[in-house]
Amino acid sequence: MPDNATVTLPGMRRLPALARLRDLALIPAIIVVAIVGQAVNPVFLEGGNIINVLQTMSEIAVMVLAETLVLVAGKMDLSLEATFGLAPGIAAWICLPAGGSAHGLGWLGGAWSVPLTLLVGLAIGLLNSLLIVRFGLSAFIVTLGMQITLHGMLTGISGGKTFFNLPSSMLYIGTAEWGGVPVSIWLCLVLFAAGVGVLGWTRAGRSLYAIGGNTDAAKAAGIRTDRVLWVAITTASVLAAVGGLMLTGRLASVAAAQGTGDIFTVFAAAVIGGVSLNGGKGTVFGAFTGILLLYMIQNVLTLAGVPAQWIGAFNGAIILVALILSRITSGKRQE
Amino acid sequence: MVEAIGVTKRYGPTTALDAVGLSVAPGSTHALVGRNGAGKSTLVSVLTGLTPADAGTVRFHGRPAPHLADRDAWREVVACVYQRSTTIPGLTVAENLFLGRHPLRAGRLISWRELRRRARELLETWQVDVDVSRPAGELTVEQRQFVEIARALSFGARFIVLDEPTARLDGPAITRLFEQLRQLQRQGVTILFISHHLQEVFEICDTVTVFRDARHISTRPVAGLDESDLVADMTGEVRLPGAARSAAGDAADGGLLGAAPVMEARGLGLDGAYQDVDLTVRPGEIVGLAGIASSGRTEFAETVAGLRAPDRGTLEISGRPARPGDVRAAIRGGVGLVPQDRHHQGFVANLSVAENATMTVPERLGPAGTVRPSARDALARTLIDRLDIKTDGPRQPVDGLSGGNQQKVVMARALAGDPRLLVMVSPTAGVDVRSKETLLSNVARVAAEGTGVLIASDELEDLRGCHRVVVMFGGRIAAEHAAGWHDNEMVAAMEGIGHA
Ligand SMILES: Nc1ncnc2c1ncn2[C@@H]1O[C@H](COP(=O)(O)OP(=O)(O)OP(=O)(O)O)[C@@H](O)[C@H]1O
Ligand SMILES: [Mg+2]
Repeated sequence: MPDNATVTLPGMRRLPALARLRDLALIPAIIVVAIVGQAVNPVFLEGGNIINVLQTMSEIAVMVLAETLVLVAGKMDLSLEATFGLAPGIAAWICLPAGGSAHGLGWLGGAWSVPLTLLVGLAIGLLNSLLIVRFGLSAFIVTLGMQITLHGMLTGISGGKTFFNLPSSMLYIGTAEWGGVPVSIWLCLVLFAAGVGVLGWTRAGRSLYAIGGNTDAAKAAGIRTDRVLWVAITTASVLAAVGGLMLTGRLASVAAAQGTGDIFTVFAAAVIGGVSLNGGKGTVFGAFTGILLLYMIQNVLTLAGVPAQWIGAFNGAIILVALILSRITSGKRQE
Repeated sequence: MVEAIGVTKRYGPTTALDAVGLSVAPGSTHALVGRNGAGKSTLVSVLTGLTPADAGTVRFHGRPAPHLADRDAWREVVACVYQRSTTIPGLTVAENLFLGRHPLRAGRLISWRELRRRARELLETWQVDVDVSRPAGELTVEQRQFVEIARALSFGARFIVLDEPTARLDGPAITRLFEQLRQLQRQGVTILFISHHLQEVFEICDTVTVFRDARHISTRPVAGLDESDLVADMTGEVRLPGAARSAAGDAADGGLLGAAPVMEARGLGLDGAYQDVDLTVRPGEIVGLAGIASSGRTEFAETVAGLRAPDRGTLEISGRPARPGDVRAAIRGGVGLVPQDRHHQGFVANLSVAENATMTVPERLGPAGTVRPSARDALARTLIDRLDIKTDGPRQPVDGLSGGNQQKVVMARALAGDPRLLVMVSPTAGVDVRSKETLLSNVARVAAEGTGVLIASDELEDLRGCHRVVVMFGGRIAAEHAAGWHDNEMVAAMEGIGHA
């Protein structure tokens, strides 16, 4: 079938200069939402509210970053939301004392909780990579199966209840502030900045694009495609565990359903931000603007006094609206 | 330099290489020729470490080849221009050129400015005029081919493999490529060169190896060799030259030339491509549209097929105004197209030969929108026979075919719909000498049945069977030759010599 996208029309010749600005495609939408928000409620642009928006989005945003790595490399990971819940869940389970209301095992001291969380993320990532890269199984089905399994494990170890009274080291990044700004915001921004740097300015990062764009060509160019995929998939799981830790800290608990359903928001933010589900396209900065736009719209609706019962319906609608907005402002097809 | 011993490779029921040996002497330029599907590209992927062989060994400088996963080590011993495009469409031209070896600055970060500068420099030596920050996916086929060649040659490898590098280049571009290859030869670089243009083998190679049906047939010095010897080795039969000439000269005068035109363009123009083109094609007439890559011939042919919308002028297909830029309408109006970029527009790689070949004619496959697989396979089988496609059968996915056979599937798809106007862009690119004759005699046959044919190409063989050849240069029609022109006359006309 003729594929119009591959036909170079003469008028397109001068586009590339503009194309480099594609990254900024959502900025106009973000500005519009900010203006509308300010009109709806003058609280919107106040420092306190902005910090509130950034903090509530920071945990999911880290997952968006993780998913971006995987999507750019041409794979996908549906299990991130489950890792987001299970990693801190297992840490809490192992470190909380046995008996009493804490329903933990008491095997290790509280100081182990953070390293344990990261280790669980690492282990899940390695298992995913093993199945996807080494055994060549479909990433979609592997991570879907993994997601269901991990959710079930969290319910299993917690008995369906919430872990409370967590070790203080687990609460730190979710509660502490540096210079009046919560640590989770700093961490989120630093991780994104690192992501922009790695994907934009390192050979390893660029090889993700090559693999996602055309694996055979990447191989022919001397890229160790398997190794790069192992690293990308594993890093994503570790990042999801970090995101989970941030939420756990902020709420001072791990609910049995932590993370459930979040993957939808994660994918939506990435696509809104210009990341292609087919691999090889999109940037970390774009993904950041995607999740930022989603949370800003949500915040405006809350400020506008939308009743709590309706938030669920609105959340879904917001994503659809944001998709349409980004299609209009970026002018390119989403994939 | 490089030595392959007893290399065997199977793909399911197909034996692509059957215990073949090849030894390329240091500093030589070694040609590898053979018919479509003979196993040339398969050997290339074994020699460059992309596919493991089932049996046999490969040695470089007497040492065993690197481990398959060690891509860096492979890159040091051999550079390659593959038959299939290995550019990444979403990345810029500059990045494609330096993929995996981006210039770094302090802190091991990529220096994008330096990357673009080097890319511009590299393309300048090839006289390729493209903006290096454009995505590679937007380039024309020729430009993309140059990006691949420039990249492979810039590694500084002492052994370079070129798998049909000229199939997608026009005359002047081939001259430029050969200049660079001669320079490499003087520096003692070893080259393995694959082509279906035997005159190129005689022009720059010193040794030639022939493969046939997955086997090594002969290796001989080029000096003193005859083209017919090579063809005999390739086909396994001795045949008098010219015996297969069934050119269209005679099909011409079927009395159809007086009929209403199937295609008529008046004052057609597309900014940046061509201007003021007037051209008519009548039923039964084969019109050649010659010209180098920048002549606008490809763009014009694509406009006729509905792939592009012209900026001015009128275009009528079978007497009715064409809907500009509407491929579906063009197909329904009876236009069959053999596009230039077969990988993007020619076929769906993971579908079978039968599905691809019959894609344009769903109504012939069963009643009321259904598809009877037996009917589809039967139709596909006739096409496979007619076009001499080498495949396991109609159910084989197209991505398992050799490059030349994929091209024949594209041709089959265009012919399946019994088009009234057949538009072909470089229809025999990558097709072997004997299959070329088969394809072109098929074209002559449909023309004799009343189809109008437009062939945009710079291959003299493609143009020879045409009733008349219109030459484009710099976006305008520059000359017209009736059948019976001389080769050098045509080449000169295409390169803009002889008319201001
Ligand atoms: N990935 C694959 N799967 C199945 N069969 C394959 C695959 N690659 C090649 N083959 C088969 O191996 C044989 C040799 O193919 P190859 O591409 O080496 O031919 P070639 O000599 O390069 O031909 P051409 O001149 O058309 O490029 C063909 O019969 C082809 O069908
Ligand atoms: Mg080949």
